[in-house]
Amino acid sequence: MTALAALIRRDLRIALRVGGGALIGVLFFLSMIVLMPFALGPDLPLLARLGPAILWLGALLASLLTLDRLFMADHEDGSLDLIAMGRAPLELSCAAKALAHWLAAGVPLVIATPVLGFLLNLDLAATAAVALTLLVGTPALTFTGMIGAALAVTLHRGGLLLAVLVLPLSIPILIFGVAASEAAITGPLPFGAPFAILCAVSLISLVIGPFAAAASLRQGLD
Amino acid sequence: MRLTELANPTKFLALTARVLPWLIAATAVVLLIGLYQSLTAPDDYQQGATVKIMFIHVPNAWLSMFVWMVMSAAALGTLVWRHPLADVAAKAAAPIGAAFTFCALVTGSLWGRPMWGTYWEWDARLTSVLILFLMYLGLIALWRAVEDPSRAARAAAVLTLVGAINLPIIKFSVDWWNTLHQPASVMRLGGPTLDRAFLIPLLVMALAFTLLFLTLHLAAMRNEVLRRRVRALQMMQAGQKAA
Repeated sequence: MTALAALIRRDLRIALRVGGGALIGVLFFLSMIVLMPFALGPDLPLLARLGPAILWLGALLASLLTLDRLFMADHEDGSLDLIAMGRAPLELSCAAKALAHWLAAGVPLVIATPVLGFLLNLDLAATAAVALTLLVGTPALTFTGMIGAALAVTLHRGGLLLAVLVLPLSIPILIFGVAASEAAITGPLPFGAPFAILCAVSLISLVIGPFAAAASLRQGLD
Repeated sequence: MRLTELANPTKFLALTARVLPWLIAATAVVLLIGLYQSLTAPDDYQQGATVKIMFIHVPNAWLSMFVWMVMSAAALGTLVWRHPLADVAAKAAAPIGAAFTFCALVTGSLWGRPMWGTYWEWDARLTSVLILFLMYLGLIALWRAVEDPSRAARAAAVLTLVGAINLPIIKFSVDWWNTLHQPASVMRLGGPTLDRAFLIPLLVMALAFTLLFLTLHLAAMRNEVLRRRVRALQMMQAGQKAA
């Protein structure tokens, strides 16, 4: 148990200190949201209507961007091999790394959401709904993205391939996240149903992600 | 000949060299019979002659999912049993499956225009098949991204198994969501609801397309085995020059 706790602590420290890993994702999220009114025009009602979808897309792409640093840095300096050879099962080590990555990169996105919702003319209830769905959905994005990150870790130019592999798997998360946000805002359909499915998808990815990532890492590291 | 004996590439090449001409002949015969039956099938009372697109669209759609299942079985062969030809089978099947999916999407789109008034609609069945197509392309990209074919095989095997979750979503999407695409008429619990005049040509065409896949797949597997031999020879030659 302490080995995994040490791994989480190490990853959190690296993410928060070195190279701005944690905040780069938030900066990208902010830049994307700022770009939207330039593309769509400053029509405030339109932005408010599209707000949840824009916030979710921004969070999805920001997670995708920070995902390759999940394994790449450790692979380059050899610590990934040490982690794989350690006594903790590789599945649990991958889960620990993904948890640390979510705490460092996913939670800042959720915290930034109210500010960005204000930029998009969303009212408080709407922003709260989007932030809640993002809180539940960003672990799913991290854990499903981990599968692609593990597949791409051994490729030298893996960055874009990682995005291509991960995006089809993230589509259900996006669908249910936006559906839950919209249901909370515009109302007639119940919020509970898509939100429950989003929670279910998150929980499934918490289980499948580490197993698939560990299998990919094992074949990639030998 | 058991699967473990077929693991020897030379025996595999010998067996397929004997079997392939018969398979090509069988495919041609069944395809011709199916096409004849499709063209002489009666017109639908509502759709007229355009119902005959079904005889091409539906087998392509069935095959696109069947090929992913074949690749999943091959992926299990690679990861669990380390069968040497399992990754050859998976690599050879991916472009064929992508082609079937593409044809299903295109023929479906052409059928949708007279039927539904639109070439495309973002409903559950069409969207999930489009995602299947993207996953095929991603898989082909992953095969090409790694130099060594056997390492690429294991990565692709994991991705194939993860992507297999899309297949039940496609199959049941018309039941779970309110969609424009019609619900299942053939593979359902109560038996097919399609009239015999349409069901028979459809099943014959499905058999023809399955034989077509089998022929193309075995031919592609032969090519892949030969391609790897060429690569091995090139590497040996490069090694001798360096030494």
